Amino acid sequence: MAAAEKQPVTITGAGPFNGVMSGLLTWIDQRFPLMENWRSHLAEYYAPKNFNFWYYFGSLALFVLVIQIVTGIFLTMNYKPDAAQAFASVEYIMREVPWGWWIRYMHSTGASFFFICVYLHMFRGLLYGSYRKPRELLWIFGMLIFLCLMAEAFFGYLLPWGQMSYWGAQVIVNLFGAIPVIGPDLAIWIRGDYVVSDATLNRFFAFHVIAVPLVLLALVVAHILALHEVGSNNPDGVEIENAKDPRTGRPLDGIPFHPYYTVKDSFGVAVFLIVFSIVVFFMPEGGGYFLEQNNFIPADPLKTPPHIAPVWYFTPYYSILRATTDKFVYWALAPAVVALAALIAWSAKTSAVRAAVGVAAAVLLLGFFTLDAKVWGVVLMGVSVMIFFFMPWLDRSPVKSIRYKGPITKVAIALFVVAFVVLGYLGTQAVTAASTLTAQIGAGVYFLFFFLMPWYSRLDKCKPEPERVTGK
Amino acid sequence: MNDKAGINRGRRTLVLAGACAGGVAAAASAVPLVASMLPSDRALALGAPVEADISQLAPGEKMTVEWRGEPVWILRRTSQMLEDIKKDDDKVADPQSKRKQDELTPVYARNEFRSIKPEYLVVVGICTHLGCTPVDKLQAGNEPFSADWNGGFYCPCHGSLYDLAGRVYKNKPAPDNLRVPPYIFLADNKILIGEDKKGA
Repeated sequence: MAAAEKQPVTITGAGPFNGVMSGLLTWIDQRFPLMENWRSHLAEYYAPKNFNFWYYFGSLALFVLVIQIVTGIFLTMNYKPDAAQAFASVEYIMREVPWGWWIRYMHSTGASFFFICVYLHMFRGLLYGSYRKPRELLWIFGMLIFLCLMAEAFFGYLLPWGQMSYWGAQVIVNLFGAIPVIGPDLAIWIRGDYVVSDATLNRFFAFHVIAVPLVLLALVVAHILALHEVGSNNPDGVEIENAKDPRTGRPLDGIPFHPYYTVKDSFGVAVFLIVFSIVVFFMPEGGGYFLEQNNFIPADPLKTPPHIAPVWYFTPYYSILRATTDKFVYWALAPAVVALAALIAWSAKTSAVRAAVGVAAAVLLLGFFTLDAKVWGVVLMGVSVMIFFFMPWLDRSPVKSIRYKGPITKVAIALFVVAFVVLGYLGTQAVTAASTLTAQIGAGVYFLFFFLMPWYSRLDKCKPEPERVTGK
Repeated sequence: MNDKAGINRGRRTLVLAGACAGGVAAAASAVPLVASMLPSDRALALGAPVEADISQLAPGEKMTVEWRGEPVWILRRTSQMLEDIKKDDDKVADPQSKRKQDELTPVYARNEFRSIKPEYLVVVGICTHLGCTPVDKLQAGNEPFSADWNGGFYCPCHGSLYDLAGRVYKNKPAPDNLRVPPYIFLADNKILIGEDKKGA
């Protein structure tokens, strides 16, 4: 529609400035699709009426993103990305810059809360099957956001240049060094030096404040556009598009996002801010989980602290990395690959698939006996994150939501949550023989949850889905 | 296909060629950007060898010197420690340092004690797993990570263990023994680290 043909905007209701506002909006609308976007994304975006508690965390994550960007901008005004000055500049922000402590604690607490919101948001997707067709791309954009967030957290954690910053970066960069052939050169390229140094700090600063945030913002836009294209899922996992008002063409069980969910989400933000403020003002270190004690000691390249652990949101994957020993590779990983290959070959419909699976399993087995456990630790850690991308295709259940799924899936999700939390806890602790064994069992449960999903999700006895959402 | 009738083939070829040339140029511009992230000339120059004075090092003591930004340990082992190392032979993964010899163990350190003189151990104190610095657990005894401990180093990051010759224990995340840097005794109490030929 050509701009000049657009209808003038009229504001309904009584107000002293309505005439002026209508005129202004009309002027803008003839030059920019303001009202069109307002309607399609807010006032006339129909979301299911039965959103529950779990649906707060998407908008809360967006809210934390805003906090991080705003506080981050103000931190860069005083922070110095220089190995000789970085630690002192953070202390300067904390002690001498007016309100600097508040800005920094908002940012450091925001990092942890970002992950809390995103994990709960992802768990919501897991519960209600929000990754299922037609939301696969929506889920993939979300996973890419999660990867960006991990990168952002990792790069940002080096900046205070404390002991934990330094040794955390050293360990993670060396993960890339484990890649056969190109690994060692790749690690040097990432660091720009033989060890983590000033060059590394400077480039991580560049990634943290500009490169990754740009990608992150673009992905958030893509995530929301994809969401508004396919429509929101809901706790029943039943599409509201299936029941439309024949006169208006609007979903009968949908309500406009604005004002209904803008109001709901504002309430969520208010409650969130209460919790967030308690942490920022009274326990900014989060018991050593949000800001680790060792990070109050300046980085010392010659001495690893006696106990190092990543920040809590990375610990489940870190536990999997640590759990991968030679014995684990031979006695758990190798038989698991054989068993899985047999299972896939048995249920495969074509012989081509069977052959491909056989070859893949043989290559993996060969790898287990030629490459060392270090490589497999890194591979498993990578797989433990990347496996989420495949959720839309692993879940073969006839229903989406946990409400109608059968007992096997419910038990599987419960076990997965337990494994995730246990792995997360162990990742914060020092290694003992017992904890290694526990982490190995936890890692087993973690992977079986995903790799057996195609079978148990199909076998499970599901309840029939209702025709329309239940409004519970 | 009637649509194709009106196409100026010469122009289309030019457009395609132009797009390809532009694409190649755009891709090539990544080269300087990627290369700029390699170690700078200054970082490369800082790799010079360093000298360590070991005259003050008592038996059983360890000192650390920095070479290329990495910690290099010099441990003066007692005869008891050397005896203990022999007991570790079946606990460690690579007792004779046969793995990745070119990278980890120079010719003069390919022995049970991994050193030129048995008394002095010189190794890079960076865990071969993921680059942490292992902690000294030089005394033999009962440790939480090993009941029958003969002394060595414990990596706090992922629990890898090394004996007093820097040899990695079996079934630990670290795959290899600690790296022995190139070094040479300039005199009885002077070690040059980073270089193993006199006057080179």
